[in-house]
Amino acid sequence: MQRALDGDEAAYAVLLKEVAAVVRRAARGRLAPGIGVDPEDIVQETLLAIHLKRHTWQPDGLIGPWVHAITRYKIVDALRRRGRHATVVMDTVVETLEAEAQEERPRGRDIATALGGLSDGQRRVVEAISVEGRSIRETAEALGMKETAVRVALHRGLAAIASRFGKRT
Amino acid sequence: MKTDDLIIALTADAGRVRRPMDVVLEWLTVAACVAAALVFAATIGPRADIGEAATTGRFLFKFVVTIALAGSAFWLLLRLNRPGAAGRRDLVLLAAAPALLLLAVAAEFFSVPQAQWAMTAMGKNSFNCLTWIPLIGIGPLALLLPTLRHGAPTRPALSGAVTGLLAGGIAATFYAANCTDDSPFFVVTWYPLAIAMLAAVGAAAGKLIARW
Repeated sequence: MQRALDGDEAAYAVLLKEVAAVVRRAARGRLAPGIGVDPEDIVQETLLAIHLKRHTWQPDGLIGPWVHAITRYKIVDALRRRGRHATVVMDTVVETLEAEAQEERPRGRDIATALGGLSDGQRRVVEAISVEGRSIRETAEALGMKETAVRVALHRGLAAIASRFGKRT
Repeated sequence: MKTDDLIIALTADAGRVRRPMDVVLEWLTVAACVAAALVFAATIGPRADIGEAATTGRFLFKFVVTIALAGSAFWLLLRLNRPGAAGRRDLVLLAAAPALLLLAVAAEFFSVPQAQWAMTAMGKNSFNCLTWIPLIGIGPLALLLPTLRHGAPTRPALSGAVTGLLAGGIAATFYAANCTDDSPFFVVTWYPLAIAMLAAVGAAAGKLIARW
């Protein structure tokens, strides 16, 4: 995480993938299938929150409890928004195993919706980098923008996606 | 969007990190103290006999209590703004200032004749206390509440209330330099009421703004 905060993109990517796996396991363990919350949505919301709040991580501190607290907050938040307070399933081993057996769902329905709510410029930049896998420079060239403008649009777009999660019912 | 695509986007955004949460909270707390000092100096200012008062234990002990409150609230807010950092044991720290005050109240029972207890508790400045602590504290509260958006509090209402306690502790520290009622009886009767107003505003605001 320290290397990620220092701008090491490769280290950051490795970290986010590990975190995604941990969060996915936690989300599947605590959300019974059929509850109306896609665990993969929790994974994406948590990754966004971790990204936008990474300045709250204590340097040299343990990353586990920090990630766990954010994951927990996002799961409770998702359930609260859907009006289900008491249905967090703690120990449904069978359901967890079933969920594990399911194929990983390739899309986050909610994040796609959130993407649609961005301004055109932000959406083009976020899509170019994430879905099309272009670099900052390639995106800047393709869209005829300066690299700094691409970075700003990307950052604002990600922040806008995160804030739309909170408003969604 | 696939999660892996999202990770690519997040990775590309790795360079834009906001200032560390604790640094921002520290600076805004300093700014809050400055704001309180300016309002205090421009309005009520210190009491006329402050030099004489500063030689008495009762006057000085007011600052022990208010600074203990501000200090414990600041420390707790630092932890509440960091996911996974604040446990139940940390909340106990908030009892430090009340505990100190109650010890002084207990001592006051022995040093003041019973006939004067009620009069000492009512004091002469109850209205001032209930007016000026919130008035001095509202600016600091407005400066400190944005730290809840910058940080990541998982308990918004509690974090907002603690922000109110921090603003209240700062405001009460300045107000105490003006107030001529130094008895712990007076302090325990009126200061908590005044500070609770700020804590209530903070809790309500925290619920509204600390969504992330």
